[in-house]
Amino acid sequence: MSSPQRITLKITLFTLCLLPLAWLIYALFTNQLGANPIEVVTRSLGEWGLMLLIVTLTMTPLRDATGQTWPILIRRMLGLFCFFYILLHLNSYLWFDQFFDWQEIGTDIIKRPFITFGMLSFLGLIPLALTSNRWSQRKLAKKWRSLHRLIYPIAILAVLHFYWLVKLDKIRPIIFSLCLLGLLGYRFIKAKFPPKIPPS
Amino acid sequence: MLIKRPQDIPSSEITDETVYRDRRQFMQSLAGISLLPLLGTAQAGYGNKPLKHEKSKIYRLDEDLTTHQDITHYNNFYEFGTDKYSPAKGAQQLTTDPWSVTVAGAVEKPGTYTLEDILRPHTLEERVYRLRCVEGWSMVIPWVGFPLADLIKRFNPTSKAKFVEFTTLVRKEEMPGTRRGTLNWPYKEGLRMDEAMNPLTLMAVGLYGETMPKQNGAPIRLVVPWKYGFKSIKSIVKINFVEKQPVSSWQEAIPREYGFYSNVNPEVDHPRWSQKRERRIGEFLKRKTLKFNGYEEQVAELYKGMDLRKFY
Repeated sequence: MSSPQRITLKITLFTLCLLPLAWLIYALFTNQLGANPIEVVTRSLGEWGLMLLIVTLTMTPLRDATGQTWPILIRRMLGLFCFFYILLHLNSYLWFDQFFDWQEIGTDIIKRPFITFGMLSFLGLIPLALTSNRWSQRKLAKKWRSLHRLIYPIAILAVLHFYWLVKLDKIRPIIFSLCLLGLLGYRFIKAKFPPKIPPS
Repeated sequence: MLIKRPQDIPSSEITDETVYRDRRQFMQSLAGISLLPLLGTAQAGYGNKPLKHEKSKIYRLDEDLTTHQDITHYNNFYEFGTDKYSPAKGAQQLTTDPWSVTVAGAVEKPGTYTLEDILRPHTLEERVYRLRCVEGWSMVIPWVGFPLADLIKRFNPTSKAKFVEFTTLVRKEEMPGTRRGTLNWPYKEGLRMDEAMNPLTLMAVGLYGETMPKQNGAPIRLVVPWKYGFKSIKSIVKINFVEKQPVSSWQEAIPREYGFYSNVNPEVDHPRWSQKRERRIGEFLKRKTLKFNGYEEQVAELYKGMDLRKFY
């Protein structure tokens, strides 16, 4: 892939990733989010974060399937946008739901498994976001790969977080669970039965 | 449809079929003789008709009413989908006229009554109640209705009537949510007899001075303001008087999370989230949830000596 192509790809992706946030802000200020806009904002941010996490995890299988390098080129940006949306999601909870009542937040984290899981998965994302740059990649060398395998437990916790907060209709968390299951299954099979011809 | 009538209702009390088949006309004739305030917030296009009513002097609140727009566009009515925005659209296709309610079980006057028969002897009044959803949000709604106690007395319950069980309509063609197995349809709810007879318990047929919007449980629904919203069952087609405590739909679905009583109580958390605070629709930050939703004075007596953690 040529250099101008790369730049075009990255700029397009950057813009696309900002669209959900732009829409939310626009809808919020034009009163289009219904009777409980704060709930819609918090939930949407969380769901977009989770969606981006799943998309990030799809990049490796996509590279294997297509033999193209572009999925890997955009993986870092996707991962960072996932972190960005989850950070906003968390802030929305801390600010609008709890108004920084740290005692209540502490109780929530300890007593409610879905919040515990959500918080753990956010904490897990921090080192990954911090070490996502090339410098850290070089510095950590082999350790970088092991560190970034943290994304698998993080994704499992994130999906459970979603599953447990839904009152009854689990259809959406189930869709996310199935996607994740497929992606983890793919990696498991790849590790157990490595392809005979190594990818170039 | 065969509509059985109990023998002891004089035929003079029974609405002529031509009249009740066209309830729209019936409601319009009511509207013609009443003087109603202009409702600036009321939405056009829902086919709601003004209801003749008096404003209750007792059941008022010194709190801002939730807007008509929010009350009619943020609804939990799983028969029309599990999100809160579907009922406003989906419920409009529901046929609510003609409507009848079957009264059964331990009563002297069982039978299937038309909506008009149910309503006729009652004077409608507007009562402003808080509504607290188990999910942690709340509204303030000006219902129009009459006390359930007055309705129950007409059927002469026997000594075996210890509980009242209510059933919502289930009509797959008009209720897309019932084609999926989210809850076990039809939706059911129940009250202990003394809860049902409490003066606060309301049979509502409208809000904001007009007939009930379909997404809010047209044409007739229950309102139990000191309990979580799901106890206030919508679009009622059956009232059954029973000896044993009935099982409500949410209790059947997730018994660990939803009990028979489901009284609003900030001290007893939902197993998955806190019930200490609530977001009043239209407000930015959450406010404290009141015990029995602020109706402690009127209802605490009903639960004297009961462990509310055990009987959640």
